[in-house]
Parts: sequence; structure tokens; C-alpha cells
Amino acid sequence: MSELPTSWCGQSVERVEDAALLTGRGRFIDDLGVKPGTLHAAILRSPHAHAKILAIDTDAARQLPGVAAVLTADDIMAMSASLVVGVKAPIECWPIATGRVRYVGEPVAVVVAASRYVAEDALDLIAVDYEPLPAIVDPLAALDPAQPVLHDGLGGNIASERSFRYGEPERAFAESARRVSVTIHYPRNSCTPIETYGLVAEYDASEDAYDVLANFMGPFSLHAVMARALKVPGNRLRLRTPPDSGGSFGVKQGLFPYIVLMAVAARATGRPVKWIEDRLEHLAASVSATNRVTTLRAAVDADGRVRALDWDQVEDVGAHIRAPEPATLYRMHGNLNGAYDIQNMMVRNRVVLTNKAPTGLNRGFGGPQVYYALERLMQRIAIELDLDPVDVIRTNLIPSGAFPYRTATGATLDSGDYPLAFETALRDGGFAELRARQAQARAQGRLYGIGCTAAVEPSVSNMGYITTVLTPEERRKAGPKNGAQATATVALDPLGSVSVHVASVPQGQGHRTVLAQIVADALGLKPSDIRVITELDTARDAWSIASGNYSSRFAAAVGGAAHLAAGKIKAKLASIAAAQLNVAANAIEFVGGRARAQGNPDNSVAFSRLAATSHWSPSLVPEENHALRETVFWSPPELAPPTDEDGINSSLCHGFIFDFCGVEIDRVTGAVRIDKYVTMHDCGRILHPGMVAGQITGGFAHAVGAALYEEYAYGADGSFLTGTFADYLVPTAMEIPSPVILHIETPSPYTPLGAKGVGEGNCMSTPVCLANAVADALGVAAIDLPLTPAKLGIHIHPAEHAPAAQPAPAKTSKGRALHGSGQAQAAAAPADVWRMLLDPRTLEAIIPGCHGVEKISDTHFRADVTLGVGPVTGRYRADIKLSDLDAPRAVTLSGIVTGALGDAQGAGRITLSPADNGGTLLTYDYEAEIGGKVASIGGRLLGGAAKVVIGQFFAALARHSGGPASPGLLARLFGRRA
Amino acid sequence: MPRLSADRRHRVRFTLNGRAVEADAEPRMLLTDFLRHELGQTGTHVGCEHGVCGACTIEIDGMPARACLTLAVQADGATIRTVEGLAPRPGRLSVLQEAFRRHHALQCGFCTAGILMSLDTYLRSHAAPSETDLREFLGGHLCRCTGYTPILAAALDAAKLLREAPVHA
Ligand code: FES
Ligand code: FES
Repeated sequence: MSELPTSWCGQSVERVEDAALLTGRGRFIDDLGVKPGTLHAAILRSPHAHAKILAIDTDAARQLPGVAAVLTADDIMAMSASLVVGVKAPIECWPIATGRVRYVGEPVAVVVAASRYVAEDALDLIAVDYEPLPAIVDPLAALDPAQPVLHDGLGGNIASERSFRYGEPERAFAESARRVSVTIHYPRNSCTPIETYGLVAEYDASEDAYDVLANFMGPFSLHAVMARALKVPGNRLRLRTPPDSGGSFGVKQGLFPYIVLMAVAARATGRPVKWIEDRLEHLAASVSATNRVTTLRAAVDADGRVRALDWDQVEDVGAHIRAPEPATLYRMHGNLNGAYDIQNMMVRNRVVLTNKAPTGLNRGFGGPQVYYALERLMQRIAIELDLDPVDVIRTNLIPSGAFPYRTATGATLDSGDYPLAFETALRDGGFAELRARQAQARAQGRLYGIGCTAAVEPSVSNMGYITTVLTPEERRKAGPKNGAQATATVALDPLGSVSVHVASVPQGQGHRTVLAQIVADALGLKPSDIRVITELDTARDAWSIASGNYSSRFAAAVGGAAHLAAGKIKAKLASIAAAQLNVAANAIEFVGGRARAQGNPDNSVAFSRLAATSHWSPSLVPEENHALRETVFWSPPELAPPTDEDGINSSLCHGFIFDFCGVEIDRVTGAVRIDKYVTMHDCGRILHPGMVAGQITGGFAHAVGAALYEEYAYGADGSFLTGTFADYLVPTAMEIPSPVILHIETPSPYTPLGAKGVGEGNCMSTPVCLANAVADALGVAAIDLPLTPAKLGIHIHPAEHAPAAQPAPAKTSKGRALHGSGQAQAAAAPADVWRMLLDPRTLEAIIPGCHGVEKISDTHFRADVTLGVGPVTGRYRADIKLSDLDAPRAVTLSGIVTGALGDAQGAGRITLSPADNGGTLLTYDYEAEIGGKVASIGGRLLGGAAKVVIGQFFAALARHSGGPASPGLLARLFGRRA
Repeated sequence: MPRLSADRRHRVRFTLNGRAVEADAEPRMLLTDFLRHELGQTGTHVGCEHGVCGACTIEIDGMPARACLTLAVQADGATIRTVEGLAPRPGRLSVLQEAFRRHHALQCGFCTAGILMSLDTYLRSHAAPSETDLREFLGGHLCRCTGYTPILAAALDAAKLLREAPVHA
């Protein structure tokens, strides 16, 4: 028998997942068949950032053949309850807009129909009357009580406010030589998995039970939130996940409100309901990271040593504070000191609501926001104190030998050697060479900068950290929350082969491969001998609230639990083998597919035969040694609830990262080119080097996107401006260089295998590392993401002069502003043209795409129109008022146009003057503001489209009144439908 | 192309991975939906339905094409290859697929089918691409998991192996 390697862990074995995925045999949610009779849902979403819903007319949609139901808030509220909210505030959170829409993309109605195509047809037939309200977009403005309020119950837009104090910060600020501060505006972005949300929901009325299959990623604490919203006990909400999921990065946590929504739709129709989110929905309304405004102050000694930090964070969670928010703000609470030895800390945290999509988990989760402030500050300290940024980091790093290190805010940093990792990175990554390269580039007049970042990457979140948002008294009342239960089951079947089941719900991280390595190591088998199931069924599998795939918990927690479960089975098998081989149980070893007596390899039994014993001959084995199936629940004791002093060990493991990079900025275009990027990681013990590298390159790519290209952009009126992948710029292979990856390994003492998380670190370290480099290249102090050429251009080029001849465009609160003017000739006299303009039947004939005009009063009309803008055609309702009437010389038309695809508001002045030939010269100019989905799709097209539509209107008016294009009389006779 | 009426289903026939297939489709049905839901070939994925992400890339008459920007009825009479047709036989992988597995060039695998289809056609006409060529060519695909580095390594490795033993597949 050939001896096998002593350990499969640590090797880059090929992934068991890959063969199926490479041949098109993956099993993603939309690849799985559905029951006959399954219906398909489509969602009507709000075009407004903030508006009252006055009425919803669903009659026409209901009558469309193939439509089974059209559900609005009333239907949903009748069959469910509000999602519970994580802060103590009198606000509700429904999966559909109730009476008011609060962000562009918020669900307003759900159509359930025989096919998705029919369901989307029906969306066009729903008429919603909105009364737009002023929107609030800027998180700082949301602090102002005079601003419009999103949730009346709150009386303002601050959902939570807490202040914390650790150590003696006031004294440190009073005594220190210098004070340095930064203010940063971290933008919104998202890791946008390439597979969108999807689910199939079913309701069994006879048992009042729901069964939902969804590519949800956890945390399964949200199962409790969903079951409560559906008003059933947990055992009547069976939640299952498909075997494959196309990426998540935190984002597929945000699926849970849709699970509730579609479960209710299934109940309302009595049929299974399937919903696959499309990309436009995903970008506008799935979930995003929080945007945050942070002012961070430091008390600093003259040598750059930081004595205290003072954090002021304003967290924008969007229109609803949806579970688990405000978790993003508290995830990092235990290590707000970053990688530095800083024992005095003040923190003021405020959570505000604005008219943007609700936020949630997103790779890095709170880390990017914190490190952007902290590491910008470290660079500013170096500059303001005239020190080398590398030295400022060196001076402040937590020293070697200080581990486990207790932070000011209550975390225990488990292990590491930060100075060693830091010096190794500088040396092996070639920092001195990079400085030389920079000097050379600068000598040539090029804009070249270097950035550095040190970061601590937390993993395996404490489920209790979020309760730090509550006061100690509130926590006492609610009962302590903590821990991070991981679970794994190892089972033996009657042929003695091994199966493993975990509740880790991976989205491409190769969990099945790594678990096979871990269990193969424990049992002396090959990874190919082990079959691993990672999807979850809450009705059958072992799971708990921390189940799922987030906070980089897999390798450390789930891998560890599998190791422990395999160890339990192994111990039982050893005692069975001991009886068969006549040696003591502790003298049995498992090697090469056999159990054998140590020192006497011939005295052995095949693993499969041994493993089958408890199935076939249980009476031969004492009951306590039956080796059939072992389930382990593992929660580290280190993860305690917050203390009365608000200390919180927010995560179990803490990896270390030190990054540096060189970037060059194009003097002409302002584009940033990453010349070199070095990233050093200490993520504890490495189980699969290939996958660790993949996590780092993948996280790095997200971070480069966040740093240079990506932003969920909103107009000042809350209209959403990045609604397609042509507007929200995900980087491609052209933009992402290959980073240099370095490692040291200091195993975690708190995890069974010594592993720590690694997937999120670069999302925390890289955006600010690049920003530091750009700031260095340009010599600027304040710099916010994304670092687009337009933003950087201001620092490179002198201010541009506005073109002299044209007046500056009027300031607008809307997403896109349009204006234009034109002329048309009509053959009829001004008095006739005037009459036509005021006559609904004439208007009906000449408004492009008009389906009908309703006269409300002499000066107030309503019209239904179909308009096409570029590739997007939609039905709109126009509400038009006439004012400043100066018959028959001039009139002002003002109106609002609303539709599923967006809205426009505008006014135009039309002047009629007699022409020489007895006809009329029409002169017009207009200004309009466009919002909603249309504004987010190809803004460039809008100006042209508006010009065409308005031009068509006047051309039709001219024709209608006998314009020059056709002989006047004929036109008057036949031109009705000109 | 014949005139089609919008409210009727029409017979669509084409060659898919070497076999004749047919089914009915409304004129507005996307080729992605037709492949996945009418023909049950779910290997071709949908990531954006507006032509940017590249997940739906297939080969139509020898050229890579976005199935999400193609109507099923437009494919009538065409010769189509999808990811299901790449492996030489069940249980085996093509040179390119093998290289992807060796280099961990996929994580969730959702973008992978489209990237494989693009590279498969590209490598047939570009035997010795540089890394820069490949970066530029792959610029038509979004992958959110890998950071592209391992995909480039796999593509370069596959190109090399195909040069050395030019059996395609
Ligand atoms: S789905 Fe076709 S390009 Fe994205
Ligand atoms: S492997 Fe997941 S998107 Fe490419």
C-alpha cells in the first residue's frame, strides 16, 4: 500500500465542484425544475425616491390573460407582519411599500402569472398615482430635524445614536503634542454577484406551512425574522438552498424580504411562485454597502505615536433599517484601533435613514468604511508631522509578543506577529525598489504615488456584536446574545463510506473540497472517498442562527466543526477496531484507508468494513460506541456578549494585512494605473493555498472596483443613476492587475484547525491603499472614492471656464436636467392654433404615442402615452396644467409625467405670433428634469429623445393646423391623424 | 427572414452541439430563455440580460455571441455551440476546461460558461496570445469571484498545451 501524504490540508487539490460547473451541469436556482403549475412573479417598483401612493389601479393588469394575481401592500399586510427591526424605534419594515415609497426600486405591486413575460406585460397595465415628496439623500442632511422625515414614528431621520468611551481619551487629547483629523465620505457600492437573487416559494394550506427554495446565504438568524413575518413557528418555514449559488459576497443576505413577499404570493394564489430577480432590479433595489461620513480625530505624540482616537460615524442605511442593520456599523466595533496599539477611544455612532435602497451585508462589511478613515488618518499624521508614512505605521503596530491582545473596545486579537509580517512585506515585496521607481518617475515629471495600509481582518462574527447598538439596560431586558454556532455532521453508510454535511451554504468558495480534505485527514482516507453536502434544508439539517456563509467563518469555524465531528467518529471507530484487532483504542491509527495497530501495520482492518459495523452488527458494539453519524455544534467561548462597559469581542479571529502599492495618474486623462500592488496576509493556517489565493485576488478585484470605478450613484432628488452594468462599472480583466501575494502563518489558538478567515481583507485594505497612493501622487489631503478621472482631473488641470455664449444650465435637484427650444410654422391663424392647444381631442391627436386625453378642467388635462427612449419603451401618465394664459399669444404648459420607468417634471412656454402668410409662428422653450429608471439608463439619450418627442408634438400641431409640409386645406380636411 | 406575428408561437429549429433541436417560441422570446427553459440546456447563464456581463455567451455559426441579446427566432437554421458541447465526452474535460480546473480559474462558476465559450473560439484563431491580448479579449466578460488572475493563467496554459498538441477539445 502506498503511503499517502500526511496531510491533505495545506495542498491545492483540484476542486470537486469544478467538473460539473465547467461542463454546464451546475445546479443553480434557475436551473432546477419546478412543479407543474408554478407561477412566475414580476415586481412593479417605485420610480420615485419619496412619494405618497394615492391610488393603485390593478384592474387592467388582473384582466390580462395568464395573470393569476396582482398583490399590493394591502394583500401582503393581511397575510404577514412587519419584519422585526434591530433598533429600539417605533418603525416598521415591510417587504413592499405601504402607503409611501421611500426609494427608487421599492416594490409597489407583485404580479403573479403563467410566465415571466406575461407578468411583465401586466406590470405595464398597473396605474399608480403618486404624490411626490421631497427626498433626502445626503446623510448629513438627514441629521437635520427640519428635513423631510421618512418614518413618521421616528420624528426625524436618526434611527439610532450611541456614544462610547474607552480608556482616558480626553486626557490623551489634552496631553498629546498634536491633533490630526480626517473627514471622509465613503460611497455606496456593492459586490454584485453575477447570479442575481432567485427563489421558489410554496404554501401548504393544510399544514399552514411554507417551503421556500432560495439562493439565500444566511445568516440563518434571519430565518427567525422571516418566520415571524409570515406568522408561523420556525418549524413551518422550511428554507432550502440550491446546491450551487453564483456568488454572493454578502449580497444574497438581502434576499430575505423577497422570501417573505413571495411566500405570501404563493399563499395568496395557492400555487408555487418562482421569482428570479433581473439585473436592473438587482442594481436598484437588492442591497448595497452603507455609505458613511466619518470624522476621525487622533491625539498624536511628536514621533507619530497615536494616543487616542475619536470616531464620529454617520451611517446611512437607506430607506429602512432592515435586519441585520445597523450591523455594518458595529461589526468592527471591537477593533476600531485597526492594527495599532491605541488604548484610548471615543466613539459616536449615528444611524440615519435616507431615500436610498436599504443596505446590508457586502464583502468587507464595515471594514472598508473604518479602514478608509483610519488609514487616511495615518497618512495624514505622517504628512502633518513630516514623518515617513511607513514609520508612522511601524511606530504604532501592536508589538510582537503582545498576543492575545485586548483592544480598548473589547476585542481579543487572537494571534499574529504584525511587525514581522510588516517588515517581511517591505523586504520581499520590494518596497525600496518601489520608492526608487517613484523617484525616477517623478524626475520625469510623472504623477506617481505610493500608498501603504495596515489592517486587521476580523472573521467569525460574534452574533452578539450587533447588540452593542442597544444600551446595557436594553440588552439586559432583551437577554444576552452571543456566539457563533458552527455545525457539521459526519455520517457512515452501510458500505462504510463517509458523508459530510455542513450548513455553510457556499457561493463558490470550494467548501466541499476543503471539507473533504479535512475529514480525509482525520480518517486516513483520500478526499475523493468523502462526499460533502453543503446546501441547507432547515427541516432536516443541523443548523443554528450563525449558519450560512459570511464573516469569513468557513475555514475557521465550519472547517473546525467538521474536524471535530470527524474526530468523534474516529474515536468510536477506534474503539470498535480495538476490539477487533485486540489492541487498546489509543493504539489504533487510521492510515491509507485502513485502521491498524500502531507499530504493527499488518494487524489492520479496512476502513469501510470497520465503518459499516454499526449498521450490520450493532450488537457487537457497545451502544455508546455505535459509529453511525456524529453532529458537532461548536461555538467558541471567547465570543461573549457585550460587557456592561460596552466592550465587545466582535469577532473570533483576526488576520493581519499589510499592503503597499505604486500608482501612476495619467496627466491628460486623470486615469489611475496600478503599477504594482503587494499584499501580505497572515490568515493563520492555510488549508488550501489555491483557494486562499483565489479569495485574495477576488477580494482585491472588488476593492479595485470600489476604489476606482464603482458607485451606486443617486441624484439630488434620490433618482438612481447607475441602473445597468453600463453605468455601474464592474472592472474587467483590463483593469485588474495581478497583485503580489505574500504570507506568514500564525495559527489561531481559538479555532480547531488554526485557520482564520481571508476572503474580505483586501476589501478593507485595498481601497484606502490606492487612495493613499493617489493622494501621494497628487499631493492632496481630502480624497473620496471612487477615484474617477473626472474627480482627479480637478487636481491635475486648471479649472475649466464655462463656455461663454451659453448660460449655465439651471441648477436642478433632479437626476438629469434637459432643456431645449424650437420653432414650428402653422398655416392656421394664431386664434385657431390657440383653440387647438386647449382642446383635448386635438391634443390626443397630436401628442406622440397618446392613448387618450382626459379633461379635468379648462386648464388641466391628463393623458396616457407610450414613449420610447433608446431601447426602453414604457407607458406613462402625463398630468398637464396650463398657466399664464395670454390668449392667443402665449401659454405656459407645466406637467408631471410618471411611469414604471421613471418620471419627468417640466415646463415650457409657447409663444404664438402671426406669420406673414396669415399663419402662425410657434416658438417654444422648455426645461425638464428626469428621474427614475429612465434617468439611470443612458442619460445621454434623454436629451435627444426629448427633443424628438417635443419636436414631433409641434410638427403634429403644425400639420394639424395645416403646416407648411402639407397644403393647408387638405390637412384641415384629412389631417386629423396626421 | 419571414414575417412573424407577435402573438403566435413559431417553430424554431437549429443545430445545438451537433444535434438537431426544435421547439416553439414567441417572437419576443430571448435565446437564453429558449435554450434554458424550452430546451433544458441550463449551462448557459444569465447575468444581466443587457449584453454587458458576458455570462450568456455562446457560439452562433462559429462566432461568439450574446444569447441574451438574440431572439430565439433569429437562431432558426443556425449552428450553435454551448458549454454543454465543450467536453469531448462525459466524464472528460477539454484542454481548456482542464486548465481552468488546474488553475482554480472558477469559483462560483456562474460566469464560467460564457468565458469558456469566448476563449474556445478565440484560441482556435489565436494560437499564441499574449497576456495583454487575453486581457483585452476577456474585457467582454465580468467575473466577480476570481479577480481574473487565475483565468488568465488558465487561458495561457491552455493555449500552450493546444499549440503543443493541437487537438481541439
Ligand atoms: S446575460 Fe447576456 S451579457 Fe449578461
Ligand atoms: S467564478 Fe463567480 S463570477 Fe466568475
